[in-house]
Amino acid sequence: MPSAVEFRDVCRFFGTVRAVDRVSMEIAEGEFFAMLGPSGSGKTTCLRLIAGFEQPTHGEVRIFGEGMGGVPPYRRAVNTVFQDYALFPHLNVIDNVAYGLMIAGRGRQERRREAEAALDLVKLPGYGGRKPGELSGGQRQRVALARALVMKPRVLLLDEPLGALDLKLREQMQEELKALQRKVGITFVFVTHDQGEALSMADRIAVFNEGRIEQVGTPEEVYNRPARPFVADFVGSSNVFPPEVTHAVAGRRAWASLRPEAIRIVGQGRPARVVATAFLGTATRLHLEMAGRDVTALLPRGAVVPEPGETIEIGWGDSDLHLMEGP
Amino acid sequence: MTGQPAPLWLKLAAGAGLLFLHVPLLLIFAYAFTTEEQSYQWPPPGLTLRWFEVAWNRPDVWQALSLSLRVAAISTAIALVLGTLCAAAMARFRFFGREAISLLVILPIALPGIITGISLRSAFNLADIPFSFWTIVLGHATFCVVVVYNNAVARFRRTSASLIEASMDLGANGFQTFRHVILPNVATALLAGGMLAFALSFDEVIVTTFTAGQQQTLPIWMLEELVRPRQRPVTNVVAMVVVLVTFLPILAAYYLTRGTDTVAGQGK
Amino acid sequence: MAEAAAPLPQPAAGPRDGPLSRLSDALWRRPRVLLVLLLLPPILWLGVIYLGALFALLAQSFFSIDEFSGVIVREPTLKTYGELLTPANLDIIRRTVLTAALVTAAAAVVAFPIAYFAARYARGRWKAVFYLGIMLPLWSSYLVKVYSWKLILAKEGILTWALDSVGLLWLLEAWLALPGVGGNSLSTSPTGTFLVFLYVWLPFMILPIQASLERVPVSMLEASGDLGARPDQTFRHVILPLAMPGVIAGSIFTFSLTLGDYIIPQIVGTSARFIGLAVYQHQGTAGNIPLAAAFAVVPIVIMGLYLWWAKRQGAFDAL
Repeated sequence: MPSAVEFRDVCRFFGTVRAVDRVSMEIAEGEFFAMLGPSGSGKTTCLRLIAGFEQPTHGEVRIFGEGMGGVPPYRRAVNTVFQDYALFPHLNVIDNVAYGLMIAGRGRQERRREAEAALDLVKLPGYGGRKPGELSGGQRQRVALARALVMKPRVLLLDEPLGALDLKLREQMQEELKALQRKVGITFVFVTHDQGEALSMADRIAVFNEGRIEQVGTPEEVYNRPARPFVADFVGSSNVFPPEVTHAVAGRRAWASLRPEAIRIVGQGRPARVVATAFLGTATRLHLEMAGRDVTALLPRGAVVPEPGETIEIGWGDSDLHLMEGP
Repeated sequence: MTGQPAPLWLKLAAGAGLLFLHVPLLLIFAYAFTTEEQSYQWPPPGLTLRWFEVAWNRPDVWQALSLSLRVAAISTAIALVLGTLCAAAMARFRFFGREAISLLVILPIALPGIITGISLRSAFNLADIPFSFWTIVLGHATFCVVVVYNNAVARFRRTSASLIEASMDLGANGFQTFRHVILPNVATALLAGGMLAFALSFDEVIVTTFTAGQQQTLPIWMLEELVRPRQRPVTNVVAMVVVLVTFLPILAAYYLTRGTDTVAGQGK
Repeated sequence: MAEAAAPLPQPAAGPRDGPLSRLSDALWRRPRVLLVLLLLPPILWLGVIYLGALFALLAQSFFSIDEFSGVIVREPTLKTYGELLTPANLDIIRRTVLTAALVTAAAAVVAFPIAYFAARYARGRWKAVFYLGIMLPLWSSYLVKVYSWKLILAKEGILTWALDSVGLLWLLEAWLALPGVGGNSLSTSPTGTFLVFLYVWLPFMILPIQASLERVPVSMLEASGDLGARPDQTFRHVILPLAMPGVIAGSIFTFSLTLGDYIIPQIVGTSARFIGLAVYQHQGTAGNIPLAAAFAVVPIVIMGLYLWWAKRQGAFDAL
């Protein structure tokens, strides 16, 4: 069975800028796949390569085993939820949702019925008569989702769909999107720069950096066993040690990652000076200096918090120090 | 700054400036009704509607008006096509020579009208083209393009690229996207640009004197009357009618583009 | 597999394979072709007709006229440009450039308060009033505007009447008696010509200044005030420099339009000639197209230098 989406050695250069640099990956059918990375890392360009808004400079994008070279966006079985939603301002909500069906030449009755069903699906029934300008950001986002879903795409592309929403709404939409994906059962490819969003929603995550994929894996793999220093630092923050530091603390000459929450205050361990503390609600973050290096630690709620300037002893479990490839 | 009222001197200066712009136009209206035939006497010795009737029965006025309207209509149509094509290309593509093309579009209004006029005149002369309706249209369409272009390019830029991508993403090919998404979004801007182009052409005199030969558009008729007055009161009436006729498309263009970030008309 | 996974049916194939659809595919694959198709008509029109005409003009300026037969000699020569340098013609050029400069300076002074008020203080209803108040005079008929000043400036017209009513007629008479600016009446004096130029081109100065002022964020003015500047200091050190590109952009219009105009001096003013009038008369009654063309090159050169300077000042962003 072919993958829903496959990248074979894909490059996309803009002049001298290597937006996407030799990316190969496969996205399985029915998967909730996140492309995670900082801005300018090439994740959005990859999404646009799937949608057909960009053409690879080199390599090939395949959708369900079919090469997409020379195939325009309007002939691809994928649909997109745009970052700015891209709702047509001159059409009301129902006509926005039914746009693709109208283009496909469906009858008026059928269009209306399906568009209303799609609005029900995104929990926006009865909004058909409004203009996009009269909706809130969250509602627009749902309309954009309905407009894509009504086309029954085999792959749904989402470009930072929650980026413009406030925190509370974003958390709610994360759960809804996840539930929706299970309900319609199609492949979701999701671009985000928010590692928390990727971790909580995706089946698998591709971490992008400077046009390349640093690691592909399940959220647990990416978080617990980052392949490289960039991944360790970008997905949840981490204390990244270069080989000489790792050698000093663990006797191995390799890059290593140590999660802040793995660091504990112990009776006998490595001395570290407390530089600053910050209360985060669920925990307290300690900014430490250990053997001339900055180290961050997270103390669980209820622990005794040392004063800045104090010297404490810290330690961690052997398995907490995760060894990685170099950058 | 927003909450504070304007200083008095500024209010006065701005108000006086607006008055300076409008009083002369209002004066035209008063003179259309004067009974005085020979001089520009103020205040008018009496008021009459007689000159409207006289003007109405003057065939030369009607011929000039008809020629002006036909020239403006054809020139506007050509300018709409050329200006829209150019605006679409400039808004959607980055290419070598882009700057040169934007300069080329602006040039016919950036250079004094007399340059455009004498250029066309000498080109017709070199190529032995006789003056005709089409030589006037040729000149008018050339400087009308920029008016349409300015209106269209602003709207094209405002119509975000993702709308076009969204349409294609939903299965519409390039032509369907143009018909269902681009056109509805730029229509008012094009209409406004067309109105302004029409007004510009209807009023043009500088280029026209070089490309018209013996033909008389309404502005050329007026110019003749100004240089060699025959019946001043008729000129007064025609002047008033011209003001009214040009105000309509301007107001229409304003209301068509109101509420958008670029309002029509800045690009005369 | 996909059908099983998706509980909803695939959309029916639309009417996608007509010739238009195939053309769309082809253009999508070769966007450069689409670009060429879009640009070709305007480039042909402006490039061939307009630029062609400009070159025809340039070419003619290198021809000369046979003094005896009055026939144009189509052989390249600089003789016609030499004729430009006669004292009478230099006088025309000097007078035109001086008038254009004066009109531009006056327009900037009159336009600034209007533009400043419209950009900073006019809100809601007043915004519309100012917008239309500038736009309607800009777009109303050029000839009618000139004509209205003929009415105003006439000896028996409203200005004389108004000054007489308030007892200031002596002032007008004193002004008209001055050599260089005065004359028989205002409508036959250089002052009259200047006033009409100022009136007719004023909106072209207001709009770019207003546009540049509207781009100054209010927070920037607040920052200036916050840093201790008095309103007049803010005006001098923040607002004025930021409005300068607008002033320069406006001056391009007023300067260029004055340089090329041949109708206003014909209707209001002395019989002294301007560049535009000279061009018009040489090509018309005199039939000396080469000299007319050479005269027309003068404003092109002046405007070319001016535009080059303006571009360096960043004025094109305010257009």
